[in-house]
Amino acid sequence: MRFNLIGLCLLCLSQLGWAGVNIQHWQTTQGTRVYFVQTPSLPMVDIRVAFDAGSARDGAQFGLAALTSAMLDTGAGDWNADEIANRFDSVGAAYSAGVSEDMAWLSLRSLTDKALFDTAFSTFQTLLTQPRFNEDDFQREKGRTLAGLKHREESPGALASIAFNKALYQDHPYAHPEEGMVETVAGFEADDLKAFYKKHYVSSNAIVVLVGDLERQQAEQIAEKLIAGLPVGEKPAEIPPVAMPTQSGLQRIDFPSSQTHVLSGMPGTYRKDPDYFTLYVGNHILGGGSLVSKLFDEVREKRGLAYSASSQFTPLYREGPFIVSLQTRNDQTGQAIEVMNATLNDFIKNGPTEAELQAAKKNITGGFALRTDNNSKLTEYVTMIGFYQQPLDYLDQFPAKVEAVTVADIKDAFQRRIRPEWLQTVTVGGGN
Amino acid sequence: MNLELMKPGLAALMLLCPALSAHAQDGKVHEQVFANGLKILVKEDHRAPVVVSQVWYKVGGSYEPGGITGISHMLEHMMFKGTQQYPAGEFSRIIAENGGQENAFTGNDYTAYFQTLEKSRLEISFKLEADRMRNLDLRAEELEKELQVVTEERRMRTEDKPRAKMQEQFNAVAFANSPYKNPVIGWPSDIANYKVEDLQAWYRQWYAPNNATLVVVGDVNGPQTIKLAEQYFAGLKPSEIKPIKPQAEIEQKGVRKISVKAPAKLPYLMMGYKVPVLNSAKPEWEAYALEVLAGILDGGNGARLTSRLIRGKEIAVSAGAAYDMTSRLPEMFLLEATPAEGKSVFDLEYALKDEVYQLQNELVGKDELQRIKAQVLANDIYQKDSNFYQAMQIGLLETVGIGWQKADDYVQNINRVTAEQVREVARKYLVEDTLTVAYLDPQPITETPKAGKTIGGRHAF
Repeated sequence: MRFNLIGLCLLCLSQLGWAGVNIQHWQTTQGTRVYFVQTPSLPMVDIRVAFDAGSARDGAQFGLAALTSAMLDTGAGDWNADEIANRFDSVGAAYSAGVSEDMAWLSLRSLTDKALFDTAFSTFQTLLTQPRFNEDDFQREKGRTLAGLKHREESPGALASIAFNKALYQDHPYAHPEEGMVETVAGFEADDLKAFYKKHYVSSNAIVVLVGDLERQQAEQIAEKLIAGLPVGEKPAEIPPVAMPTQSGLQRIDFPSSQTHVLSGMPGTYRKDPDYFTLYVGNHILGGGSLVSKLFDEVREKRGLAYSASSQFTPLYREGPFIVSLQTRNDQTGQAIEVMNATLNDFIKNGPTEAELQAAKKNITGGFALRTDNNSKLTEYVTMIGFYQQPLDYLDQFPAKVEAVTVADIKDAFQRRIRPEWLQTVTVGGGN
Repeated sequence: MNLELMKPGLAALMLLCPALSAHAQDGKVHEQVFANGLKILVKEDHRAPVVVSQVWYKVGGSYEPGGITGISHMLEHMMFKGTQQYPAGEFSRIIAENGGQENAFTGNDYTAYFQTLEKSRLEISFKLEADRMRNLDLRAEELEKELQVVTEERRMRTEDKPRAKMQEQFNAVAFANSPYKNPVIGWPSDIANYKVEDLQAWYRQWYAPNNATLVVVGDVNGPQTIKLAEQYFAGLKPSEIKPIKPQAEIEQKGVRKISVKAPAKLPYLMMGYKVPVLNSAKPEWEAYALEVLAGILDGGNGARLTSRLIRGKEIAVSAGAAYDMTSRLPEMFLLEATPAEGKSVFDLEYALKDEVYQLQNELVGKDELQRIKAQVLANDIYQKDSNFYQAMQIGLLETVGIGWQKADDYVQNINRVTAEQVREVARKYLVEDTLTVAYLDPQPITETPKAGKTIGGRHAF
């Protein structure tokens, strides 16, 4: 299956909803923004609460946002971790939580049968509003996180990604990995997490997303009740602007692997970027369109140099990374990088052909119904729209915006935005 | 062309959303077998104007003789290299132009190809898949390039991943003569030596309408879809499909233990007991009881391994159990874990065996059984959120010889499992004599991942 695109689709692709996705929007009495899509076909609901509390809010304590998020279901209200788990498990509910650079989120999937839902919901609400951060639980979860960070060091791909982000973002809050570093996590104390939670998990910093078999009135009550236990608090200061690199860089890291992982790129695009749609369509042709992109064709199809070769933009609140990546046998790394660079340079210089652009448009608009065809995908999209305050008809507008992009637009946007003299390249593998 | 190997064991494992929970209730399955032997199964789901179409071939890693292991997967790659009518690249280009998503995956018991499309484009998928079912144009020069790609894929999935490497050797030791001993992607020397004639023979032998199931799930009309498929598939010539040799695993007569050294940071433990699957369990309830047993150990955050080993004793940082009842041949019941700081794989082995011991000697609690059953029921509904997954279930059950209808009984059969039955399968199957244990022995990552030189202004442009 597609190795490189599925996760990404969630936040960076978009298409018009087939019947138009009807996103209902209001605010709770505390001012929290709520986004609701009614999908009556299955007796289930997805609820997600997202905070501006991702890893960009870690400060110097890299990994703080992630560990705070991971601790929420280890003890809350009157319940310990076992009791919480049993409450969810016994009604068939699925709880999860996580962080990205910008966002921390908690999700609940539950059946809508009242008795089952009530148990799931009250548990969810309790761990959202009354997590305990007990010392014992904290020490255990910290140990598990540290083990995870060590495990990461077995992976050349993960090491490449860490070095790459550092090269792109230097001292910016996007520079470090979401899960943190051994050196920082080792120094955490439970009070650090409590303070992080107290500051960021507040209603003025939250959005609520509901997708499922609910009436509007039920959705209103659920959102209201869910958030009521949180203090209003304050939004954090804006994430600082990203400084572009001043020169290109090449970093080679030795690792005893049979493949070398190559990442090349620079800070790319952000959610409200006027160039976003143009860059998105352009990248689809360059390396985003999976089986038919230029990079895939040059690196894999024509030369058999790699299993995967792709490029992607990750739009964030500020410029998220533009990444061109491949993995190849150690001794052909130089050749693969040459092909990768030549493909990128050619694209920046000449842009796509008209035929390539038309094919990309057909793919993007023709497959638009696939983007929102189930509750899971809808929940992801609506969270993105709500969190980044995109227009509610964002999905409806997308095809027209894609259609409007021209070859000249793509050439112009790539030439202005993707500068070879700023590209940062990282390789991790054997034989460097 | 990007191919996912459905690896045996943990990777493919979805304990409590087993590949059996499809429910025909709100989407009737329309079934027909064409005269040439192709079976088509259509399930209507009208929630969104999309459709997923999958072609499942009854061939995979476990069909392969020594010397050409991985050839099903290699052929899967080559299936994107074109026919006379649609030369290399055309298939993907046409699907992309129609807004579709496509790919393929290979497992021990199947190879499957899929497209997801807006509903009006379904015919395109039929046209293209029917064409490459019999008319693939296999060329030596294309094979040569694609061999490199598969070699890179193997490096990425196995060679450079200590746990994957360990799992590969674990399977090779646990099974003496069952074809499940071979990796789906194939052994390196086999991959290096495929000839285009091998691929041609494999293709001719297995890629035929009478060895395939076409599964369609989405916003379509059942009878109309069958008619449409008939236009494209009914005229294809069948092959003579001979039943493959049984290769029944010899009886294991004592515990097998291996240690695998690899550059790694953390030790890791894997244990597997030989168990029956739905296809082989007699009586059948044993498979469902093993399924519930897996749920008792690892069904949700409140299950035993997490609550007792990760929390509780705090000796593991991760722990899991896995059982796949839908394999074609008997499989393993797997347990795996990563030790917490200061604990060893031997501590974990002892603790996991203690969990097994308790299951053999004490009846599981009523509330535990209820918890598993509630999760199974809920997952049965959640799974309907995805057309793709619904099609996967139907295709898989049909292809491994269980039959898609079995999905309808899954919830009921799980509900019937008693605490006594769970204890009984634990006593009967989770025994030392059929156990294989693997320890990952971490070797220093000698070329320490220190930051190398940064060379400014030197980018090759």
